[in-house]
Amino acid sequence: MVKVFLANHGGAPAKLLVKEGDVVKLGQKIGEAAGFISANVHASLAGTVKGVEKILHPIQERPMEAVVIEKSEGVEEWELITPHGDFNRFTPKEVVDIIREAGIVGLGGAMFPTHVKLVPPEGKKVDLLVINGAECEPYLTVDHRLMLEKSAEIVKGVKVLMHALGVTRAIVGIESNKFDAVEKMKAVCRGEPIEVAVLKTKYPQGAEKQLIYALTKRIVPSGGLPLDVGVVVQNVGTCFAVYEAVEHGKPLIERCLTVTGKGVKNTANLVVRIGTLTSTILDHVGGFADNVDRVLFGGPMMGIAVRSLDTPILKGTSGITVLTKEEVKGPPQKSCIRCSRCVEACPMNLQPYLLDLLAKKRLYDQAVEQGLMDCIECGSCSYICPSGIEHVKSIKLAKKVYRALRGGGKK
Amino acid sequence: MKLNVATSPHIKSTDSVFKIMTDVILALVPALIAAVYFFGVRALLLAVLGIVGGETIEIFIMRYIRGVRDFKPDGSAAVTGLLLAMNVNVGLPLWVFITGLIAALVLGKHVYGGLGKNPFNPALVGRVFLLVSFPSYMTTWWAPKYWKLEALTTATPLGLLKEGGASAVNFSYSQLFLGNVGGCLGEVSTLALIIGFLYLVFRKRIKILIPISYLGVVLILSSIFWMVNPERFGDPLLHLLSGGLMLGALFMATDMVTTPMTPKGHLIFGAGCGVITMVIRYFAGYPEGVSFSILIMNSLTPLIDIYTRPKVFGEDMGVRGR
Repeated sequence: MVKVFLANHGGAPAKLLVKEGDVVKLGQKIGEAAGFISANVHASLAGTVKGVEKILHPIQERPMEAVVIEKSEGVEEWELITPHGDFNRFTPKEVVDIIREAGIVGLGGAMFPTHVKLVPPEGKKVDLLVINGAECEPYLTVDHRLMLEKSAEIVKGVKVLMHALGVTRAIVGIESNKFDAVEKMKAVCRGEPIEVAVLKTKYPQGAEKQLIYALTKRIVPSGGLPLDVGVVVQNVGTCFAVYEAVEHGKPLIERCLTVTGKGVKNTANLVVRIGTLTSTILDHVGGFADNVDRVLFGGPMMGIAVRSLDTPILKGTSGITVLTKEEVKGPPQKSCIRCSRCVEACPMNLQPYLLDLLAKKRLYDQAVEQGLMDCIECGSCSYICPSGIEHVKSIKLAKKVYRALRGGGKK
Repeated sequence: MKLNVATSPHIKSTDSVFKIMTDVILALVPALIAAVYFFGVRALLLAVLGIVGGETIEIFIMRYIRGVRDFKPDGSAAVTGLLLAMNVNVGLPLWVFITGLIAALVLGKHVYGGLGKNPFNPALVGRVFLLVSFPSYMTTWWAPKYWKLEALTTATPLGLLKEGGASAVNFSYSQLFLGNVGGCLGEVSTLALIIGFLYLVFRKRIKILIPISYLGVVLILSSIFWMVNPERFGDPLLHLLSGGLMLGALFMATDMVTTPMTPKGHLIFGAGCGVITMVIRYFAGYPEGVSFSILIMNSLTPLIDIYTRPKVFGEDMGVRGR
């Protein structure tokens, strides 16, 4: 059984296309993109629609509609996207249409609809495609694994994306600790206009702005997008999904994710259907070890703690991290001793101690002047703090309050 | 089963305030050993009194005056106590020392709200309190007599320089470097202080740019003045190796709480300390100006922080709608 959220992407939730009792094929569209910044949602099991349930959405933090599909007996029948096949046959626009039809979103975790990134707005020119193979988080190894096992497919996906964007250059950025993936990707990219660049292993190397800077020395403006410096960034997992959609007509109904942490008996990298319940995945790897404290969607630095094991995974769930009580233990909470480690650690050159202070004093306008909205919430400051101060917690809250006060409320 | 829900990040480094303070104390051990070697076991007595007394006073203040009944020591008061001990001479009466310790923790720290809230280095507040209240006790210098404690008094190199010019300084550089001179417990052996400093650098427990710019500015200024008038101003090596400069630059000016937060701020802070120290040494009534220079720069720390705000990544590229 799967429960597929209609809000499985950034932007507006998809419009429901099925009703209780409908028989659906694998890959059949069950939710239609509602507007440009939205994405299609497909059945990730062939079977019967059992209904539409409201489930607490791990990112939106409120109950959202999810389509419940019960698997039927026998071999699953696909409903593929037409047309599909060798991408050279298609115009860039047709490629983007296939990608939109397949409901592909950023699989690194942000879940931003991929087709939107492939159509730069008027006046913006893209000259470089950056592929993120830096693995955004510690603990997670899914991108690493994918680069080892699906390198040829990823490179094909990169070429599809280059075609769609009309760029002649792409760089794959991989952290130096994944040397086998570097070799593998280099071998596959030989003779292609795709460069494989080795990056220093340091968190948060996989963060978009930091990755672009490390590879090209281009600085994305504060409040801006990679587009502003002529770059589009895609995760290796997304490239694989693009390849599957364009060459084989498969909509995005499954993804790879890492199950990890000291709180699980066995760790694994799995291919999982979108909408699979967390409990199903955990049972598959042998369940919990002792002393479990929390279960995260994503990695330990930026992951979201889920409230229930019945939460279905999303398109952007790159990992399920189960942490034990020992793993989450921090130092005793004290006042800031101004050691300046957070200032050193911040990849955005912010002063986390100051943002924390201003946020706690509710001086939101001053916090914004100090760059509050530039915080990428990577967690480096809170990780390093010897006083156990939770900068990211106050920053996240301050951002929300500031947006609400300004009248925006949107994420 | 019950799952915990909290904001990211979900893992933390195992660092803590207590570990930082422990490292600072460990870094002062070489200087303490040197002090005991040159001044006798009374030096050890003062150091232990500083550590134990400091923590005891802080526990009392926190639990019974500020009402934090479950207060657990974080080691910061021990550091203050030990640093104060390093900043007094070996013959200081114990009751005077304890008075200074109370002044350091009450006037220097807890009146402002305790850990992390104090604008001035508490140990220096204690030292200056003693210097003003008990000038004769504080400026009686004891000759290093190895394991014997003798009531002999001697002048410090900087005192001699102030009184009689460079030719009156009868110490060799190796004496100054190793610590065979009169002075406070912690300021005699440059070598021992540098060993401790290297430990802190190795453990990444120190704002390293502060001592670099502090000592750099002292070196530059003293070189210039030395070239102008060697007899009156003394040579750069004498200035670097004597007085409280090394102790101040390596351990007092690098106190985390009372110093700026950015690399640029650290450079300005250290340079300011260097200039003020040399101005006092050359032109003021006191032979030594390290304590005052650091305290003055402490008071400028908030201002330095405001003017050295780092450029946010992408800020120069034109801010768009946030």
